[in-house]
Amino acid sequence: MRLAPYQSGESFDEMFAPDGQPRPSGEKFVERLQTLSEGSLQQRQKTADLSLQNMGITFNVYGHEAGTEKVWPFDLLPRIIDAHEWKMVESGLRQRIHALNLFVDDLYNDCKIIKDGKIPEELVQSSKTLRPQCKGYRPPQGVWCHITGVDLIRDRDGQIYVLEDNLRCPSGVSYVLENRELMKRTFSHVFQGMSVAPIEDYPEQLLKTLLDCAPEGVTDPTAVVLTPGIYNSAYFEHTFLAQQMGVELVQGTDLVVENGYVHMKTTRGLSRVDVIYRRIDDDFIDPKCFRPDSALGVDHLMDVCRAGRVTLANAPGTGVADDKAVYAYVPDIIKYYLGEEIILPNVPTHLCSDEKQRNHVLGNLDKLVVKPTNESGGYGILMGPQSSQAERDKCADAIRANPREWIAQPMLNLSTVPTLVEDELKPRHVDLRPFVLCGKDIYVMPGGLTRVALKEGSMVVNSSQGGGSKDTWILRNGNSIPEPHISRAAWEDKNA
Amino acid sequence: MLSRVANSVYWLSRYVERAENVARFIDVNYNLTLGETDTLGNQWAPLIFTTGDQAIYEEQYKDFSRENVLKFLLFDKENPNSILSCASFARENARTIREIIPSVVWEQLNQFFFMVRSAASLEATLDQPQEFCERVRLASHMLVGATDATMSHGEAWHFSRVGRMIERADKTSRIVDVQYYILLPDAHDVGSALDVVRWSALLQSASALAMYRRQYGKILPDHVADFLILDSRFPRSMHFCLAKAQQSLRSITGSTAGTFLNLTEQRIGLLCANMDYTSIENIIQQGLHQYIDGFQKQLNLVGEAIQDDFFTSKQSSQTQVQTSETVSQTQSNY
Repeated sequence: MRLAPYQSGESFDEMFAPDGQPRPSGEKFVERLQTLSEGSLQQRQKTADLSLQNMGITFNVYGHEAGTEKVWPFDLLPRIIDAHEWKMVESGLRQRIHALNLFVDDLYNDCKIIKDGKIPEELVQSSKTLRPQCKGYRPPQGVWCHITGVDLIRDRDGQIYVLEDNLRCPSGVSYVLENRELMKRTFSHVFQGMSVAPIEDYPEQLLKTLLDCAPEGVTDPTAVVLTPGIYNSAYFEHTFLAQQMGVELVQGTDLVVENGYVHMKTTRGLSRVDVIYRRIDDDFIDPKCFRPDSALGVDHLMDVCRAGRVTLANAPGTGVADDKAVYAYVPDIIKYYLGEEIILPNVPTHLCSDEKQRNHVLGNLDKLVVKPTNESGGYGILMGPQSSQAERDKCADAIRANPREWIAQPMLNLSTVPTLVEDELKPRHVDLRPFVLCGKDIYVMPGGLTRVALKEGSMVVNSSQGGGSKDTWILRNGNSIPEPHISRAAWEDKNA
Repeated sequence: MLSRVANSVYWLSRYVERAENVARFIDVNYNLTLGETDTLGNQWAPLIFTTGDQAIYEEQYKDFSRENVLKFLLFDKENPNSILSCASFARENARTIREIIPSVVWEQLNQFFFMVRSAASLEATLDQPQEFCERVRLASHMLVGATDATMSHGEAWHFSRVGRMIERADKTSRIVDVQYYILLPDAHDVGSALDVVRWSALLQSASALAMYRRQYGKILPDHVADFLILDSRFPRSMHFCLAKAQQSLRSITGSTAGTFLNLTEQRIGLLCANMDYTSIENIIQQGLHQYIDGFQKQLNLVGEAIQDDFFTSKQSSQTQVQTSETVSQTQSNY
């Protein structure tokens, strides 16, 4: 098929250099694309869309009629990253997860980082995601964040930044795996021989990570996935992961605490549970400990957790480290615990709780992106350059009323990837969410969820707001093979 | 396995089987009424009486015209037992337990639901429902086949078979009953007016004609009744279905033949034993309709016992809420 005229915009295009030639990582793929007959790509895209519907790969959108599912939008053209660059990303992610785990553990126990004056106590104490109920708790293996999804973006200059950490219940990994599967089904001869790093072992790695962190002394642990139920937007993912790992998918009503342990109710009576991969937010885990009005969780679950008789993944309270105001301190956190410079930089962030920074933000609202510190899914954000004066005024009032709740960042220009729009390839903005597992080992999935803003010019990639997705290819070129899997002990030695 | 999951897998297969059987109901009536004079040609009301959904029906429809009855049985969302409702409940149940269903089964079920939903919007379906009914039957066969061929024959599979067999036993009994309503209003009429065409139609809608022919050759009403009620090898006969359900229940609990560990097994055991040792002569003497009525009542009691013994967790001091937020799991049996 003809690729010309593909016009990449002002942003960094992942596939094509500004002169219109494919970048080295994309050369082979573009070559193959050109051998496709006219219309063949569209044909395959249709096949893929149909498979998605038949396979029931869907997500729920809140606010629609209960139980409405939308088919997951998927674009056939992958985002390609070469091995060399990925190696850097991988070590950056490992460094980050390792330090954040140490940080959360410290916050709920010795608070050394506060005592040493590296992070203001006020900032931590005022975090909405701090859980005083977890004070003094230390999870098995010292792991708090077992599963992390880190949002990465590439700015105009080609630099990759960490946009945010998702340390609570990051979702999307099932779509990564399904996208790959679909790619293989519908695009096999393009895929073949491309030397793409495999991701299919993720469920195996996840299971291993969970079982590695079982309570001490349990020889043959039982793990389950805890879901809020069928109306949750990520329900598909919950069933997918349970199925892939071969463990039970339970709802709160399936579990009960008796005799100091957690059990599930089975057709043969109660059966003990040792590890819970919970996809329910802290607030809803245990009505006796957190929100009493919640019907999703299990009474007294936290007692069992604190007694070390069940492991929750991620541990309750980890959210404190993905508070966007705390995020601004991650470079300091890494330096404090590991004595290293940050490998993957943060986006420069202004904390509105700091008077000087706040004044700068208030004076430059038309240039900045303002975000609430504790929302996810793209809610509550002001895109300064695209906003009206009224919106900015409203935002300024909100900041003044509660400065701790807001941060601001420069407007970044997300990179683009060619995307099939009607019959042509058009640049569309993307981000990337790789997934990192931390148990006895740290595993970085080679790739991740590439989300794409399907609307022209839009930088909003959230699926709840009309975003789609792409397969992400990490190329294994030559000797430079990524090592997704590394033992934490070995890694610590290397960094000692 | 989880009680909630067992519950869903059981109802999932009941709903698929129910959809298939509603399709068979319509088919038998079509075969019976086609080419008849007006009196018999308008015999659509009995379908509603037999399925026991008369109350819901009469709330919405004034008469028992062919079109209204078909609309109600095929696509009425207010009718929890319409094919559309069944397909949608089956899929919703499947969606809650996707992690235990082989993906080929899920995909098949998904396609089944889409097929029914799109047929519901077509005028032509009501006009010529046979082809649609055929597709529903085939989809159900595909699902059963895919399940048998790809799912481990463990506890979940056994619960699915129990659901399917109980539903099928119930519906076969109702298919036989349709005949009673239309052709044999009184017990003493049995054996009088033989109508080979009509009895063949009945057999055909249970996909039983060829098998029956091999067994008995000539079509005689008491042989037909015997075949559909008591035959121990024909997979849609009431007796066969109950025996398989009993077998699966034993595999689930581990009890041995001739014993019982819970109320479910006691009830199904009594019902099976009765079928093992009765004869079609006894049944006809007692009255076919009366016999079927009694059978259905006892079968409902088995269904209730299953609910109590396996799906409602009694181990905990808490009362378990049966996934009230998902699907109405406790659809009454007509």
